[in-house]
Order: sequence, then structure tokens, then C-alpha cells
Amino acid sequence: MFKLVKDTLISQVVTLWGVFKKIFVKADTVEYPDQQPYMFPRWRGRIILSRDPDGEERCVACNLCAVACPVDCIALQKGEMEDGRWYPEFFRINFSRCIMCGFCEEACPTNAIQLTPDFEMAEYVRQDMVWEKEDLLIDGCGKYHDYNFYRVAGKQIAGKDKGEALNEAKPVDVRSLMP
Amino acid sequence: MTLEVGSGLTIGLILGTVIVVAAMLIWVERRLLSFWQERLGPNRVGPFGLLQVVADMIKIFTKEDWVPPFADRFSFVLAPAIIMTVILLSFAVIPFGPNVGVVESNIGVLFILAMASLGAYSVMLGGLSSDNKYALLGSLRAAAQMVSYEVFMGISLLGVVALSGSFNLRTIVEAQEGMWFFIPQFIGFVIFLIAGVAESHRLPFDIPEAEQEICAGYHTEYSGMKFGMFFVGEYLGLVLVSSLITVLFFGGWMGPSFLPPIVWFALKSGVFIAFFILLRAAIPRPRYDQLMSYGWLFLLPLSLINLLVTGAIILST
Amino acid sequence: MAKIVIDGKEYEVDPNNNLLQECLSQGLDLPYFCWHPCMGSVGACRQCAVKQYRDENDETGTIVMACMTPATDGAIISIEDEQAHDMRERVIESLMISHPHDCPVCEEGGECHLQDMTLMSGHNYRRYDKKKVTHRNQYLGPFINHEMNRCITCYRCVRYYDDYAGGTDLSAQASHHHTYFGRHEEGVLESEFSGNLVEVCPTGVFTDKLFSDHYTRKWDLQAAPSVCVGCSVGCNTTPGERYGTLRRIVNRYNSEVNGYFLCDRGRFGWDHVNSEERINSPVAVSNGEFSDLNDEGVQQLLADLKSGDAIAIGSPRASNESNYALRCLVGVENFYAGVSDREHEVNKLMLQLHRDSAFNIPSVRDIANADAVLIVGEDVTNTAPRIALALRQSIRNKASELAAENNIPGWQDAAVRELAQHNRSPLFILSNAATRLDDVAVETTTGSYSDQARIAYAVANAIAGQSNDEFGLSESQQSLVEDISQALKSAKRPLLVTGSSNGEGELIKAAANVARALKSDTPTDLCLIVPEVNTLGLEMLTHTENKLGVALSKCTAGEVKKLVVLENDLYRRAATADVDAALAKVENVIVLDQMPTATTAKANHVLPVTAFSEHEATYVNYEGRAQLSFQVHRTQTGAMPAWRWLSDGKDDVNAIINRCAEEASDFDHLDDLVPHLSQFAAGLKIPRQSHRYSGRTAMIANLDVHEPKQPIDDESVMSFSMEGMPSMKDASILGTTWAPSWNSNQSISKFQEEVNGELKQGHTGTLLIIKNSNDGSFFAPALSDAGSAEQLTLSWAFQIFGSDELSARSTAIQARMTDAYVGLSPADAERLGIKQGQPVSIDGAATAIACVREQVAAGNCIVYCGEQLNPNDFGSAVAIAKSDSSAGERGITGLIVSDLLEESY
Repeated sequence: MFKLVKDTLISQVVTLWGVFKKIFVKADTVEYPDQQPYMFPRWRGRIILSRDPDGEERCVACNLCAVACPVDCIALQKGEMEDGRWYPEFFRINFSRCIMCGFCEEACPTNAIQLTPDFEMAEYVRQDMVWEKEDLLIDGCGKYHDYNFYRVAGKQIAGKDKGEALNEAKPVDVRSLMP
Repeated sequence: MTLEVGSGLTIGLILGTVIVVAAMLIWVERRLLSFWQERLGPNRVGPFGLLQVVADMIKIFTKEDWVPPFADRFSFVLAPAIIMTVILLSFAVIPFGPNVGVVESNIGVLFILAMASLGAYSVMLGGLSSDNKYALLGSLRAAAQMVSYEVFMGISLLGVVALSGSFNLRTIVEAQEGMWFFIPQFIGFVIFLIAGVAESHRLPFDIPEAEQEICAGYHTEYSGMKFGMFFVGEYLGLVLVSSLITVLFFGGWMGPSFLPPIVWFALKSGVFIAFFILLRAAIPRPRYDQLMSYGWLFLLPLSLINLLVTGAIILST
Repeated sequence: MAKIVIDGKEYEVDPNNNLLQECLSQGLDLPYFCWHPCMGSVGACRQCAVKQYRDENDETGTIVMACMTPATDGAIISIEDEQAHDMRERVIESLMISHPHDCPVCEEGGECHLQDMTLMSGHNYRRYDKKKVTHRNQYLGPFINHEMNRCITCYRCVRYYDDYAGGTDLSAQASHHHTYFGRHEEGVLESEFSGNLVEVCPTGVFTDKLFSDHYTRKWDLQAAPSVCVGCSVGCNTTPGERYGTLRRIVNRYNSEVNGYFLCDRGRFGWDHVNSEERINSPVAVSNGEFSDLNDEGVQQLLADLKSGDAIAIGSPRASNESNYALRCLVGVENFYAGVSDREHEVNKLMLQLHRDSAFNIPSVRDIANADAVLIVGEDVTNTAPRIALALRQSIRNKASELAAENNIPGWQDAAVRELAQHNRSPLFILSNAATRLDDVAVETTTGSYSDQARIAYAVANAIAGQSNDEFGLSESQQSLVEDISQALKSAKRPLLVTGSSNGEGELIKAAANVARALKSDTPTDLCLIVPEVNTLGLEMLTHTENKLGVALSKCTAGEVKKLVVLENDLYRRAATADVDAALAKVENVIVLDQMPTATTAKANHVLPVTAFSEHEATYVNYEGRAQLSFQVHRTQTGAMPAWRWLSDGKDDVNAIINRCAEEASDFDHLDDLVPHLSQFAAGLKIPRQSHRYSGRTAMIANLDVHEPKQPIDDESVMSFSMEGMPSMKDASILGTTWAPSWNSNQSISKFQEEVNGELKQGHTGTLLIIKNSNDGSFFAPALSDAGSAEQLTLSWAFQIFGSDELSARSTAIQARMTDAYVGLSPADAERLGIKQGQPVSIDGAATAIACVREQVAAGNCIVYCGEQLNPNDFGSAVAIAKSDSSAGERGITGLIVSDLLEESY
């Protein structure tokens, strides 16, 4: 009997009291936009394409971001410069589909695609949520300052001959008999 | 022109006040809930968000008033009107002050019980006419719930009636001159409180419209003004139950004379309204079968014992 | 059948195979690099290490290479064993030591066998911190990219290119960790099958240059099973599309036809689909003015056609459905063959031989199994390249025979080659000049068509034991005839190869005589090659007397008001003057084609038709095998399949196929090809897009952010989406191969009944032609020599890049094409005072480039027409003279023949 009373009455009363006390607690709400919240650098907001420390496009159009994207909102086409450098001929993100999951950033082998703390992306026209490469590309390295994919990769480009990448020996002379 | 029972001015003022209060409760409830949940609630429209209600009303009035083609049109339209009507009619017998009220009725308590029974039809018709499985489930639950809880709602009132010797609500208030009835009738008060929540299907007993299970229950198909009527009807019910508790157990308008009686009435009712909102904030919804067994197996015997003891005490004195 | 135990589970395997192959046949995952299902084992990469136990009590076991160990009965092995697994991981770690950090910028990424195997073996961290070995790349021509840094020295490329495809210009150079795979100097890879390096290389050393130009990852390609339209072999392909353009073609396994390999024409000759020249909308031409035809105009035109008195010319490069729809429209008696009269006659002769039960028309796989071959007059490498690759394999049957005698398993590739040395199954070639198969032939004899036929007739006589006196052969020819007849007679499975490209019936008759003379209990293999993808299908739909010449003379006589030309350039089929005269007389010439041609230029109405990848169609290959090619993507132009133009657009392709099967003789089983939704689980469609297809909500968002509904394909069992029954669950319609952990094309083993076997639930096509005559007799020779003192006897030369009409309009193929040339013997060249590369005139009019070839017999000339010349303008003998008019832009520098006379001449 006591248990019944405890379960059906006392515990309810305790709950009611517990909740009632909250009226004296300060609200957690941040009154955005009057009050701007602090955005952490790793916040997953608007997506940008960055450049490497030499000022070249970091994106090599490997398509990994596109395939990682769970809502398939990234589309791009590989192009190739005269010197063998890959780049995206177009790079399109449909932000009206983007869920800011950051998978593209995790997939990116060159640190090109990055998410930024900007989340204020509302538009009156949905078409304006489709961003092309010109809209996405910034003039800096973003969060990762030092990485330059082509310094690590084996592919030869202008200004980096075979054997000049990180940890590479000079090209082999096939005709040499020396060991 | 003075305030007196049944005068046009009084009726008009009561009608106006009740509806405005019910509408304002939408805002009050959202603010209170948010405070209990460490939020701020609507505070953007007007001072403290007071005009939120106006904004909501503009929205609800201008929304498309759509009747689904598969619904039974007559009863679909009728249902929300019933609930508004019966609850507003119930207010007719409530004595708001020494000389404030719509009618003087010797069967006030019975009238309210009768009106509450009619209210069940609104919910049932709404659910049935919608021709929607969720609405049907909602109305089934509502019918069962209201029929069950009406039983001991009535029984729990009988203690008060017996003590005051009258069904007239004004007489009941006046009978509490010495001692408010919630002291001798504490168990009756608790049962009435619970049954009142169930009757107005407010949380935690909002089983007929349990969103997580059956969409919005009986008013799933409703929109626009018709939905608004159900919505406001719920708040009217809340005001009515609070007023009834004040009248039946807490001495109605009576209180120290530094405040006018009508203010005392409003204050007491307000506390209960706030309490109902606190209930919503704190207590989770029980399962349907739990609700039923709680009613029939616990509350009914308890109310019967309460009536028996009350009767015995009255007879012995 | 042998029983072996793998990881505690018993399997039934073929004891004649090695463990690796049998593990893969059983669907188990075992990493490998150097082994290839078609090329056997050499045990070079040490990747397929497994542990083998002596018996149940042996708990230690020994590590063995699965590819070098026979699957003997009772063998107990473990793939999962920790030591074996560790060894595989360590091996791949060392293979990867110098592998560059290239995957994002590598065309192989995402379908890389090396990626798959690395993941499978568990290696994930490069511990070696010394410098990576690097190499310089080479320019290898317009087809193939070279990125030597990525090499893991599995030797598959040279084993394929040199040993399998008979190439000579790719080799393994230097030694130890400097090993280099490339040419002796930069230059075009000469082999016609170099494209297969892309698929053979387990990583990204050799990649598809065309594909790289508009690169898309494998998973982003919309693909469907298709059939190559480059020649009559009908190789199975998988074209891939992205953003509305065709991106590449890769091989699609078909055990009977192409197996694992394609030729370069098929692999790289698809670019015309994306061509900007494509006809985009219906056009009306009057007085040289072009105007777009609206829907009403088209309806009017087609209604007009139906009213009768129209004649039609079919096409050997159009599908059965289009030809059949056209035939229905005008009636069979008004439906004419869209091939030259010479060829039509030969094709009809060959159809007759197809029906003769004395002959078996071999599939490509059968061809590779022949153990003595005589090629009569057909330049197989240039007219049906994939067959040439199969013929190259047939000469290895001697090696297999020797290996069997010496108890060496056939899959021990290096051992078998070492044993066989230069022992080859005999291959004899009768030709007009050197061919690309000469290096493996016992003897190649050149001469005019009559000379070739004469020798073949003599061989037939010799086999039948009759005298050869009537042919007046020289002594050396006589001994050659003896050799050939001996070789063919003693062979278990002799094969005759000939074809109609030359339009020379005597060659076919002579080859048929040889085959008939060889007939024993079983029919003799007689491979009859036709020039184009659906030549045989067209001929089966056309009456013998409905020659193109008849149609043209009717037109010239003014008897024809309306002429419909289906996907055909008449200026390749009949003499220029005849076509001009005919087209001028007809009131309304309606041409349906993909690209502008000389014929569309003369048309009154032009209707655009879809390219091979834009419609579902059936084609009949050289052996009468009908194959279904699915639509890969929707056309970006206003084109429709020809059958849809011709049938009011009301019919769907299935209805036409069914009607054709019902009505047209020989096509009875055509409808067997069409799969039905009811045969798949829950009636699910087969998706054309992979389950990882990306960018769906962004691809066309620049046009409209509101995505349209996926296009519905009502006619096919495939859908234009990712949804449906994934192909790895149901292999019966296998576009792209993919299996869990197997992203590369090596995943094919997961779809085969067993390695090198048929596809599970697969369809290798339907042989249409029923053998119904067995009373065939020997043909009587009717030889005539056309040459004279002033005129050289003419025969034809063909080129893999250029002789096929459509592929010749693809950019990559054009980079390898040459101009029209006249091949002359050194003696004739000297007599006429013509030097290598000079412009010459033919019959005083047409210009071509002189090409002095040592193997051309004196008194003969061989003409390659290319795009410039119309072969039908010349008689059987022509006068060649020096010319002053300038030659074309390309010259003959790209010509790859072995008998080109050196410049020093």
C-alpha cells in the first residue's frame, strides 16, 4: 500500500516540486541574433574550398567528397592543367540539400574542402543556395596552413619534377647498370 | 448599471473575459512551460511576447479552412462547435463573485456534469467524421476516458454536495464560510483534480490526442478555425475546471477583504491553472490501459470510500 | 573433381587448376597480382600466400603460393592462417614501398586492384622511411597514359602485351628496384590491343587517356551492358556515361566472345557519340537551305512514306530493329541491302555456308582452341581485331599439348613457354601483303586474290587427294600447298578463316572447299568474317536480288519517288557517279543518320538517330550470334532510334523485337535475348547507376535547384537510377562489375560460375542461324587475272583505325589514322618511279599516298581507302601514276606494318 502511494502520489509530487523549482533557474537560451553566440573553429557550417600555401587551388577533383556526401549534394568534374595538375572544371554544392555533416571534409585527401563556422546561409530564393566554385573558393588555406598535396604526391607538375616530392629519390636511369 | 446576476453587462463581461483568458492561456502556458524547462519561450511579439496570441490568431484565422473530401461534412463542422458551446454554457452556473454570475441555478453541479457529458460527443464526432484511423483511435480513447472519469468525478463531488446540502454552486461557496471544503473533503479534492485533468484531456491525460502515438488523435484532420476551436476549447476547459475547484473546494470568491471577491476568485483559479500547466511540464503521459485501470481500480473505490465516510460523519453529527 | 579443405571447409575443385584459381572460383577472397585468369601463373608477386598442411595431424604447415600449387585431391590449406595473412601483409608492404601518394589524382583510384588487395591483406601504414624510387614517364600514344612511379612490378603488362598479345615494343627494363616497364623510346604503342593494359595493370601505371580527359570515378558512371559496334565480332562492352556524355568503354566479360579483352578500336572508338557534328534535330533541305522540321512536318513526312512507292536502303551498322522497322514500312520487296553489290553477293554466299551443316562457325573462344589455322585473304587484325588476338592464342595450343605430354600443368605459364620455345600450332596466311600475324605464322604468302584463291583451292584438292595441275602452281607454291594440307589434315581442330571485307567470292569458295575437304565426323571450323557490326543481320533481312545497284538504277531510271536511307553513307557502298545520278533523280531522299555524311548532304530530309549507347538494340555478329545491347544513357540531342522514327513512335523496342522474331525468317529466337522483369526478385529493375552514384542533387542544380524526377525507362528492365536489384545480387544483367572488397574489374571472378567460365545466370547471346542444308558440294574455281602491263591488280588494305566508318570519326582514333594509300611492290615502284610517301593518282583521278611494301607481289597494288576514297570507284585493276596534287594532312607516318620499305630505298 505504501509502495502504491509512493509510486502514484509521492513520486509525482516530488517530480512536480523538482520541475517547479526550475522557475528560479536562469534560462540557457542565447538570444540570437541580438546576442551572437561564440562559434567554435571546428563548427560545421558553410563549406569552402581552400588554396594551398602557394596560392593554387587545393582541390584535385578526386571526387571523394562527392561520394562521401550522404545527400549527394556535391557534383564536380575533373579537369587537367597543362602541367598535369588536376583541378575541378566545375565544383557545385547544392546547399539546399547540404546537412553540414562534414563527411566531405573528412574524405578530402588534400584538405581542400573545409567547413567553416558560418551558418547564416538563408536565402529567399532556393536557387541561390546552389554555389559554384567561384562562390566556394577562398584565397587562403583555411584551417590547415601547411599542407600542400602536390609536395607529397608523386605526380609531376610544373615546378616539381619527378623525384622532387617529399621522400623521393631522383628518377632512375633505366639504362644504367649500377646497382 | 450595476453588476448583478444575469444582467446583460455581466454576461457580456464574463463571456469576454473567459474567452480572452482562454486565448491568453496559450501564451501563458508556453511561457510557463519554457521557464520550467530553462528556456525563454515566446518573447518576440510585443512586450514579453504578449502579442504572440494575436499573431497566432491571425494565423489561425487566415489559414485555409479545409474539410477533407472523405470526411462527413456535417458532423465534421459540428464537432468543434459542440465543445465550445458546452464549455461556455458550463460557465453560466459558476458564481464568480457575490453577485457576479450568469444564472442562479439550484442544480448547478448537475448542469456542469451534464455539459461535461455532452462534451464527449464533440470529441467522438470529430474523430468519427474525419474518417482517419488516427482520429478514430483518438475518439475511441476519448469516449472511454471521459465516460470512465465522469463516474468518480461525480462521486467525488457528492461529498461536497452532502456537506453543503445543495447542488447550487453559490450555496456551496457560501457553505464554506467557516472552512474550505478541501480540508474535510481532501480526498474528494484530489480525485476531482485528477478527474478534471482527464475530463479536459490535458497532459498527462491527453491520451486521445497523444501526438507520439496517433498523430493528433481526434483532431488530426482539422485545420484553420475549426482546429482553433478545439484548441481554445481545451483552454476553456482548463479555466472551467480551475474555476470549479475554486468554487467547490477553496471557498470561491471568499478571502480577506483587502482584495475584492472577484480578484480572490481569479487568483485562486489562476493558481490552479498554473498547477495544471506544471503538471504538463512535469508528468509523462501514462499508457492507455494504465489510465483506465488507475481510474477503475484505484480512484473509484477511493471515491466511494470517501463518500461513505463523509456520509457516516454527517449522519453521526 | 578433387576435394580440398580450405579453412576447415570442404570444397569440390578441378584438380587441373591451381589453388588460387580454385579459391577464386569458390568465391573466396585471396589477394593476387601477377596471376591473371587468361595468362596463368608465374608466381612473381608472392601475394597469394596460403598455408598448406600435409594432413589433418599437421599443425605447423608450410606457406605456399596458391597460384603455383596444384589443387590436388585431399589438399588442406588455410587462407585465414595468421602466418599466411602476415606474409601477405608484409609482401604488399614491400610492394608498396615506392608507391606514390597519388590516389586522389590517379585514374585508377576507386577501381584499383592494388587498393583492394592492400585493404584485403591488412597493410595500412608505411613504416619504411627511406626515399621512394621514381621513374620518368613515357609518351605512349594517344590512347594510354604512363605513370611509372605507381608500378609494383607484377610483370602483368609485359606478360599480356608481349606474351599474350604478341606486342614487341613494351618491355621490362633495368633490374632490381629499378625495373621499368616501357618502350625502348617514347612513341605510340604499336599493338592493336594496347588498351587492355589499362585493365590488365593492377594499378595506375597504364591508364585510359581518353577517359582521363573527362575523368569520372567508376562509381559515378551510368553504365549498362552494351555491344561494341566497331566490327562484326560483337565484343561485349560496358560504356559509361556522366553529365550527358559518354566517358569510356571497358570490357564486359563474355566467355564465348571477347573474354577479358577488347581491341583498341572498340575501346577508344566511341567518341563520335559526343561529337559536336551530331545531327541534332530533324532537318528539311531544299535548294541548299536547311530548315528545322517541326513535329507536324515529321508526321507529314512519315505519313507520306507510308502511302507507298517508297524504297529503302538498310544499313549494316544499324540494329536489327531499325532495319526491320524500315523493312516493315516499305515492304520486303522494296528493302535493299545497304552494302556494295560485291559484298552483298559474298555475304549471301556466306549465309548459305552458315546454314551448311558441313561447317561450324566458331565463336572467338573456339578460334582460340584451333590447332591449325589457314587464313584466306582476310586481314583479320584490321577487320575483326579481336579474332586476331584469339588466333594468336590458337598457336599456343601446341605448347599446351607438349605440356600435357610432359605432365606440366597448363597454368604454369613460364614453364610451358620454356618447354614450347618456338613450337607453335601451325598458322598459314594467304594475304595481299604482310599482316600483323606474320610473326607467329609458319608462312605468309602474298599475291592477288586470284593467287590466294588458287592456293586455297589447291589445298582443298590436296586434302581431298586430287590433282592440282589445273592451277599451274610453281614449285614453291606446290610445297606450300603440301605443307598446309598436311598441317590441316593432322590437326584435331583445324580452322579456316576468311571474310567478305574484300568482296571477293572466290576466297570464300576456296576456303569453304578446304573446310569441306577436311570434314570428318564433326563439322570443320570455318570463320566467316563480315565487315560491320550488323552486316549479317541486315543480310538476313534482305532478299538476295535486292542489291543496292538495283535500287540505284531504279532511282536513276526515275521509277522511285521516295528513297529512305537508313544510317548509311551510300558513297561508301557504290560508285560515286551512280549514287550522284540516283540521288539527283529521286524527289524525296530521306536519310536517317547520327552524323553528317556525303549522303546526308544530298538528302531532302534528314532525321537524327541515336548512337549505339543511346538505344536498346540487338546486333548479329559474324557467327550469327544475336546480342542485346542496352541503352546506357539518354541522348542530349533530338535524336530517336531509327525504328521509332519509322514506326510513329508508338512501338517500343520489345514489340519490334517480338514482331521481328515472329515474322522474319532466321530471327525466331531473337526475343530470347530480352529479359523480363518477372525473372528478377520482386520484379525489381536493374539500376544503371552504382549504389555509390554521387552528386544526384547537385548535378543539374545549376539549371534548376528543384530536382526533376528520375527518368523512367518503360521499355527496358534497367532503370535510370540507383534503385533496384543491385547487379552484384543478380549477374544476369551485368553492367559494371563490383563485389564487396573488389572494386576493380578483377571482381569479375565473383560473377563467373568458375574462373574463365560462363557468367552466373549470364547470357552469351543467341545463335540465330539454323543449319538446314547438308548437300553442299565443292565450288568450282572461277579464277581470272585482271592485271596487265599498264594496270596493277587491285586488292584492298584495311586499317583497324580508319576502316570503320563511325569509329573513324572519334578524335582519339583520328590521331592514329593515316591517309589513303596505295601499297606497291618495290619492283613496281621502281618501274613507275614512285618513292615512299609520294602522292600518286589512281586511274588518273583519285589521289593517295604511295606506300612501298616489300611483301606486295609485283604486278599488284593494295589500296587503303580511308575516308578519302570510295572503293567502289575502282575496277579490279587500276593504273597508278605519280601525281602532283598534294596529299592529305596525316600522311602514312602512323602506319604500322612490318614490310614497309625503309626510306633508304
